[in-house]
Amino acid sequence: MGKPTGFIEWQRLVPKKRPAADRVKDWREVEGTQGPLEEDVIRAQAGRCMDCGVPFCTQGCPLGNPIPDFSDLVFKERWRDAHKRLAATNDFPEFTGRLCPAPCEGSCVLGIDNAPVTIEAIEKAIAEHAFGAGWIVPQPPRVRTGKRIAIVGSGPAGLAAANQLNRAGHTAIVFEAATRPGGLLRYGIPDFKMEKSVIDRRLAILEAEGIEFRCGVRVGEDPTWTQLRADHDAVVIATGAMRPRDLDVAGRDLAGVIIAMDYLTAQNQVVGGERATTPYDVRGQRVVILGGGDTGSDCLGTALRQGATEVTQIELMPAPPTERGATNPWPAWPLVFRTSSSQDEGGERTFAFRTTRLEGDAGRLTALVGERLDTPGTEIRMPIDTLILALGFIGPETTHLQQLGVALDPRGNIAVDAHYATSVPGVYAAGDAHRGASLIVWAIAEGRELARSIDAHLRAAPSLLPARGQDQPFR
Amino acid sequence: MTTLHDPSFERDACGVGFVADIKGNRSRSIIDDGLEVLRRLSHRAACGADPETGDGAGILIQLPDRFFRGEVARLGYELAPGRRFAVGQVFLPPDPFQRVACEQILEDVIKEEGQRVLGWRDVPVDSAHVGTVAAGVMPVFRQIFARMRRVPPSAWERTLYVIRKLAENRVRERGADPSGYFHVASLSTETIIYKGLLLPRQLPKFYPDLRSPEMVSAIAVVHSRFSTNTFPTWDLAQPFRYIAHNGEINTVRGNGNWMQARKSQLKSAKFHGGLERLFPIIVPGKSDSAQFDNMVELLTLGGRTLPHSMMMMIPEAWESPALGAVDEDRKAFYRYAASLVEPWDGPAAIVFSDGQLVGATLDRNGLRPARWTVTTDDRVILASETGVIDVPPERVRAKGRLQPGMMFVVDTAEGRIVDDAELKRDVAGRFPYRKWLDKNVFEMSELDDGPAPPVTTGDELYRLARAHGYTDEDVNLVIEPMAITGKEPVGSMGTDTPLAVLSDLAPNLGAYFHQLFAQVTNPPVDPIREALVMSLETTMGPDGNTFDETPEQCHQLRLRGPVIDNADLAKIRAVHEGVFEPITLSMIYPVADGDDGLAAAIARLRRAAELAIDDGNNLLILSDRGVDAAHVAIPAILALSAVQQHLVREGTRMQAGLVVETADVREVHDVALLIGFGAAAVNPYLALDVVRDLVAQGRVPGPPEAAVARFLHAMDEGLLKVMSKMGISTVQSYRGAQLFEAVGLDGAMVERHFTGTPSRIGGVGLTELGREALVRHDRGYGVAAQAIADDLPVGGQYQWRRRGEPHKWNPATIGTLQAAVRGNDAERYAEYERLCDDEDASLITLRGMFEMVERTPIPLDEVEPASEIVKRFVTGAMSFGSISAEAHETLAIAMNRIGAKSNSGEGGEESHRYELDENGDSRRSAIKQVASGRFGVTTHYLVNADDLQIKVAQGAKPGEGGQLPGNKVDERIARVRCSTPGVTLISPPPHHDIYSIEDLAQLIYDLSAVNPTARISVKLVSEVGIGAIAAGVAKARAGAVVIAGYEGGTGAAPVASIKRAGLPWELGLAETQQVLVANGLRDRIRVQVDGGLRTSRDVIIAALLGGEEFGMATASLIATGCVMLRKCHLNTCSVGIATQDPALREKFTGKPEDVINYFMFVAEAVRVHLARLGARSLDEVVGAVELLRAKVIDHPKAKLLDLSAILAPPVPGARRFSAAQPWDLADHVDHDLLRRAEPAFAGGKTVELSLPIDNSRRAVGTMLSGDIARRFGAKGLPDGSIQVRLTGAAGQSFGAFLAPGVSLELCGDANDYIGKGMSGGRIVVYPPATARFQPESNVIIGNVALYGATAGDLFASGLAGERFAVRNSGARAVVEGVGDHGCEYMTGGVVVVLGPVGRNFAAGMSGGTAYVYDPTSSLRARTNLEMVELESVVDESDMWLVHSLIEAHVRFTGSPLGRRVMDNWEHLVARFVKVMPTDYKRVLQARRAAARRPAGLTLVGGGKV
Repeated sequence: MGKPTGFIEWQRLVPKKRPAADRVKDWREVEGTQGPLEEDVIRAQAGRCMDCGVPFCTQGCPLGNPIPDFSDLVFKERWRDAHKRLAATNDFPEFTGRLCPAPCEGSCVLGIDNAPVTIEAIEKAIAEHAFGAGWIVPQPPRVRTGKRIAIVGSGPAGLAAANQLNRAGHTAIVFEAATRPGGLLRYGIPDFKMEKSVIDRRLAILEAEGIEFRCGVRVGEDPTWTQLRADHDAVVIATGAMRPRDLDVAGRDLAGVIIAMDYLTAQNQVVGGERATTPYDVRGQRVVILGGGDTGSDCLGTALRQGATEVTQIELMPAPPTERGATNPWPAWPLVFRTSSSQDEGGERTFAFRTTRLEGDAGRLTALVGERLDTPGTEIRMPIDTLILALGFIGPETTHLQQLGVALDPRGNIAVDAHYATSVPGVYAAGDAHRGASLIVWAIAEGRELARSIDAHLRAAPSLLPARGQDQPFR
Repeated sequence: MTTLHDPSFERDACGVGFVADIKGNRSRSIIDDGLEVLRRLSHRAACGADPETGDGAGILIQLPDRFFRGEVARLGYELAPGRRFAVGQVFLPPDPFQRVACEQILEDVIKEEGQRVLGWRDVPVDSAHVGTVAAGVMPVFRQIFARMRRVPPSAWERTLYVIRKLAENRVRERGADPSGYFHVASLSTETIIYKGLLLPRQLPKFYPDLRSPEMVSAIAVVHSRFSTNTFPTWDLAQPFRYIAHNGEINTVRGNGNWMQARKSQLKSAKFHGGLERLFPIIVPGKSDSAQFDNMVELLTLGGRTLPHSMMMMIPEAWESPALGAVDEDRKAFYRYAASLVEPWDGPAAIVFSDGQLVGATLDRNGLRPARWTVTTDDRVILASETGVIDVPPERVRAKGRLQPGMMFVVDTAEGRIVDDAELKRDVAGRFPYRKWLDKNVFEMSELDDGPAPPVTTGDELYRLARAHGYTDEDVNLVIEPMAITGKEPVGSMGTDTPLAVLSDLAPNLGAYFHQLFAQVTNPPVDPIREALVMSLETTMGPDGNTFDETPEQCHQLRLRGPVIDNADLAKIRAVHEGVFEPITLSMIYPVADGDDGLAAAIARLRRAAELAIDDGNNLLILSDRGVDAAHVAIPAILALSAVQQHLVREGTRMQAGLVVETADVREVHDVALLIGFGAAAVNPYLALDVVRDLVAQGRVPGPPEAAVARFLHAMDEGLLKVMSKMGISTVQSYRGAQLFEAVGLDGAMVERHFTGTPSRIGGVGLTELGREALVRHDRGYGVAAQAIADDLPVGGQYQWRRRGEPHKWNPATIGTLQAAVRGNDAERYAEYERLCDDEDASLITLRGMFEMVERTPIPLDEVEPASEIVKRFVTGAMSFGSISAEAHETLAIAMNRIGAKSNSGEGGEESHRYELDENGDSRRSAIKQVASGRFGVTTHYLVNADDLQIKVAQGAKPGEGGQLPGNKVDERIARVRCSTPGVTLISPPPHHDIYSIEDLAQLIYDLSAVNPTARISVKLVSEVGIGAIAAGVAKARAGAVVIAGYEGGTGAAPVASIKRAGLPWELGLAETQQVLVANGLRDRIRVQVDGGLRTSRDVIIAALLGGEEFGMATASLIATGCVMLRKCHLNTCSVGIATQDPALREKFTGKPEDVINYFMFVAEAVRVHLARLGARSLDEVVGAVELLRAKVIDHPKAKLLDLSAILAPPVPGARRFSAAQPWDLADHVDHDLLRRAEPAFAGGKTVELSLPIDNSRRAVGTMLSGDIARRFGAKGLPDGSIQVRLTGAAGQSFGAFLAPGVSLELCGDANDYIGKGMSGGRIVVYPPATARFQPESNVIIGNVALYGATAGDLFASGLAGERFAVRNSGARAVVEGVGDHGCEYMTGGVVVVLGPVGRNFAAGMSGGTAYVYDPTSSLRARTNLEMVELESVVDESDMWLVHSLIEAHVRFTGSPLGRRVMDNWEHLVARFVKVMPTDYKRVLQARRAAARRPAGLTLVGGGKV
């Protein structure tokens, strides 16, 4: 344990962000390119960890990251050991250290009556320290099993699965429909949250370790799923849950109503140099974003950077409380009012508001009409130019999967058993494709567990890949 | 069906004494006096369920020649002239055929050995004076008379010994006595023993012989027995042939083994026909005392004197340099003797006699009392207590006590007392032992260096570590801290991981063994504060013939300690001096041999060891070096023990020393196991390599050898702690003593390779252990190695880890319970129970393996309400100090609201809590604990309790004392505990008033006296033999016994103690129930159980196994917000529970309602279980073990367990409590005092009373004081309100818990525990004016005076015994000399000593002051300077204080010594030395500086002079 009295002596410090006024002028990460905090500050933050006898954080983390262990190592400035520890359970700490909403912090014991340990920032610091020190280098497996596994989708679940399977000596081939690998990481996440170079840095390692990426390949068309299955020892479906929830109101078809993921993807392609301009530039426009979640926030930040004159983010539900409610006790994920970095940068937030119809002029959106939940029947009309629907996702795209006859669960996701196997022998699924839209850590966690399961199956012996460990979640 | 009870765990302890005429004049009156001594020791004896059946009483006297000649003449035959005849006192089977067979055998043997049988005599007995139980198993008593022929008188006794042994063996071989009646109580030309299963008073009535005027003797040795067992037998009554014993031999199993092991070496021409015929020398299955007698007998008849034999078996503490007093010749003798026989270690006062000499000796720690009186008419009376014979003061020539390790002998032939120094000088001077040792014993420093083994580093190091089962925790939480600090790491809370046999992580074999520990029948030792009695000194090499005394006998290598580094091992391996022939035997075997390879490897190793000895090798080094991808090691403990047991059976074990070179050892427990199963030395080479690697990594300060030295030091200290838990002081005794219980190992395998070790529920055998060895090996070298790269497995033993061992307390169970109680959400609670109970596959506990049988259910509403059930619930003992006031009071309020009970723990209680809150809430803990520290145990505290709980042991750390780290002792805690803020508080490992079962009875009596309405309960911890101890507790008249499981929590304990000592409560509870029921004692005592109870299922299973009350401590804390941070010892509890930090305490959010909700939920769920079982109340299912059965379990290891011993239904009889049998206090002196003191109560008048007293009047003033505290509170009455003058010898606990306002003045002397727990008032003791001795040279009070006193004054004109003012925290005293360990653990008060002090003065003294008159400047050498400084008395306030106290001493006692000091004050004041605790001084100075007032009269505690 770092320092027994660390949590008493040191207050929680979160990474400083660049001033909002500056950062909306570019697409760089809001925390800047340097480490999130100076290392001695991070050391003190790590020293706040109490090394609990029952570290609830590690249960809160879907990956089961050994948080007290690496915190202690950071406090003792044993960065290399810290990275080794972290890397053992987390394939991509540089992703999660930037993108994870940190359920671990929600179940941190310090969070009961104090501010939790800045676990996510520590994680990012470890990862960046390790890259900076040159410790993260390709480590191809010593022995190849000769087994080939097709992984369809290169989001976090697919990448984690590929990485683990490759470690186990299998040959992993990743199929990606887009031009470049990364899935949502690349096309869904704006650069101000994670710059593309962070993905590329990792992809270079993976490729050097022997993972093959085939981009621009639309599995289902060419090759078909059936072909893919015939050509490989196992097939992994990690295609995400990209079907957006739509808004069923009058005026939905008006021009100016766009889907969040289309909006974000286009801008990410521009920033990534894949295209010159975006069809959804909202410069000088009044924008409303429906949906108060992370995607909505990403749209907000993007709209501000594009130069929208007014942006309003609307959430159907009432604003959550600022502190945990009685029915939401620690160590459950705290359902409290949060402010994202994008929300800090500008725009308005409206809660408990239901959209009832959209008005247009010449097929072009002009206004959004709705009502407040506390005053139903009282119409409110907002003149706008663009409406971005960030209403979440309803499941995976399954059209082509009919080729395999993969069974779905009642929610339309791909059904799997405890070993992540689908109803079709040799075909597995992980991540959002099976879970429905969820967190990046869950995607990585499932990718890893799926890899263990495939490895065990292919060896006909217990897998040697590391396990997540016991699940003793608080329900 | 077998039960959990094993008779070999029965214990006894007793009162013992002798009366002798120094000049050897035989008289009737010596016997009368002996019988009177016996009668006066009655309160030290006990009876079982049958009040008329005693545990045993007896007398040994010189053979009364005239009496027997007369008797024999009446029978028509004649005895031989002179002393040429022997009398055998024989117990025979009542069955006439069996009896005749036995008699015939005895006669035959006598004839075969060349002697003549003269005839038999029926011993008259009056069976009206015997209890029904005793009568039911009564043998027939006959005496046989033999004439001694053809042997010289010097060989008579030896011949008779041979006859007896042969007869015993033949009776056994022929099965002539299937029920075990045959017993030759004595067969001698010198002595005869009358004894039986009797109460002391019954003895002379039962044997009319003893009343005959012709019965004369110059010696009478008597013994009254208090046994923890009640399975009645007549033969275990004492005295035995040579000794009578009060105490317990802790090492008896090892001692027996070693005698077996040296079988092939025992040779003596003195025994006709050779010794082989006489085996077994130590008769197995008898009591420790009986076995001790067997050994004394052999040594003595082999040609040594009785004192010589005693010195060999119970050597005084001689090893420590701090004991400068022991001269070199004597040390040499002891060192030499150690190569012939290992010490029999344990608390012991042994009285011995061969008919000419009579004497007594004490163990090295002085843990039993022995007081002597020499009269002007040449009599000596020695007994456990003073005052056992009324001797007019003017006839007393001298009085004294036996000191630790000392011997007192009367030689009736020479007609004089032989003192300790002379005796020992004679024995030590028999041979030039020093010269022999110099020549034949080699120190490590004398040996040449050997080639150093390679140091393993890098990847290979961790591969090996993984292959030997090392985990991340082993390195980070055990090895690293040990190498940094040189100490064992400390942790907190209890263990909640699976038993080794239920673990899926292939735990090392060591995890299957649990350490045994001392409780009640023997005390653990404090290895730190009492280091002077501890010794790690280890010798190895061939042992000699116990009978020979030649220089070659001591060919030994001597080590500083048994844990050695690589250089020392290299030296041993290369040794060529003298006769040493080392050989290395490999413990490794091919991986390719698979699971069954282990058994074959052991067979090969055993054979190799046998051959090595045949070839003359005498140092066997078992080594597991060489493990690689193709080779795996036999677990070191298995290899070692298998070789040990094999060689013991072969009788060749003593021809070689065993050394183990192993990678397995990484924590103290591993070392303890190897030593405990017979290794002389252990080299933990891999752990040492890890230490070096940690230095290289910069994690441990270097240089490497310094880090290794610190690690080894931590191992040494840890080993001392493990030994001391069992009350064992020396490694030589601990070695091979096998003080472990196996849980989950196959019985046959254990019997073969760990012979004699209890393993009561069977389990895995060599195949499974072989498989686990391969699983571990695989982590290092197999496919598993590829996956875990160079990481070690996480472990997860000490903290919950997702990849580690499962824990019962995990995020789900903790989170769900808290949500349930806070929301009063029954559904969530049900979810919690489901998560907690082992209904699923994850087996953690034994109870998880049980299920309840199906019965016809009854409607739920017919079951007693939850409000009734919760009354049986208690919170565990948690002290105010270990937890915050907020948490402590929350628990108390909650429990009081629902009629359940909270437990104060051992830290006192603030008295405002005895008043009700405005809303009617009570913050008073219904249960008040009395633990070894006696912190805050005042009279007022004791009277404010419904239940007084004597904490003998605690589940998390049985056999250890507690400690409250200084950072948790704030002003408030210090005030309640009568100590100093900021100073760490130490609770001693033992209660210093409980070294033995009769001591426990005394404490129960004392507590009953101070608070007659409280129930007295005794808390024990589960271990094998607990049933017998619980029976003893029942017989000591406790109202309840608490059986704690090893899962129980703690605020601070070494992590190894939390994990490795004690057993699950399931075993302890079931054994307790079985033994109590079998002995008809169950109905008089309640049984409470705690230690990891969490759910209603736990409660029901506990009830079915015999529990009536249920403790839930950790669970109740979790209800108030505890999240198992396990940082209680650091004062940094972030939820404000286990902390005194004001900022953190504010974080406490627990509410009484949370606790109430939890207990009500449990109770409601219990009701559901009851309804299902068809029971209307909990009482109906208490002990209904038939309603439990073992689940069918498909777990590769668990399925091998056999739980039938736990589930064995007890014999018919009461299975639950019906009526208590508290102490009958009707004859207590204080009834009279109370009546006569009424004017002082009513009108504030001063009352003066006087009365005579004798040693049977115990705890005088205690009832009176309890009454005062109840009526007048802590402040009591004004000083001197009640003045009582007593004349005579006071019984034990004189003035215990004395309250302010009472003055006791005793003209005479007092026994042990005077002023125990004194809370005010004054005790004055002085000798009668007519006494002829100098008061200052006379022992006037016994051992352990002022134990835990918090206020008041004691003035004693004379010497005190050992441990004067131990744990005193406020009383002031003047005394004229003290024994060993004076002022030990003192935290407050003032002690003035005007005379000599014993050894180890002021050990662990953290507060208060002592002033010692030290004219010879010898105090420094006798003081333990670890915590105190010695200063001159220069400060005026000091002078004033000392002067005024001595002045008062003279005024009250008339002390001539005190007067001399006063008269010469100006000259003598410079000779006083002030003993000042360093920390205390610092705090006082800081306090004075803060108060800005001149240094002055700051006194801790009250009372006026």
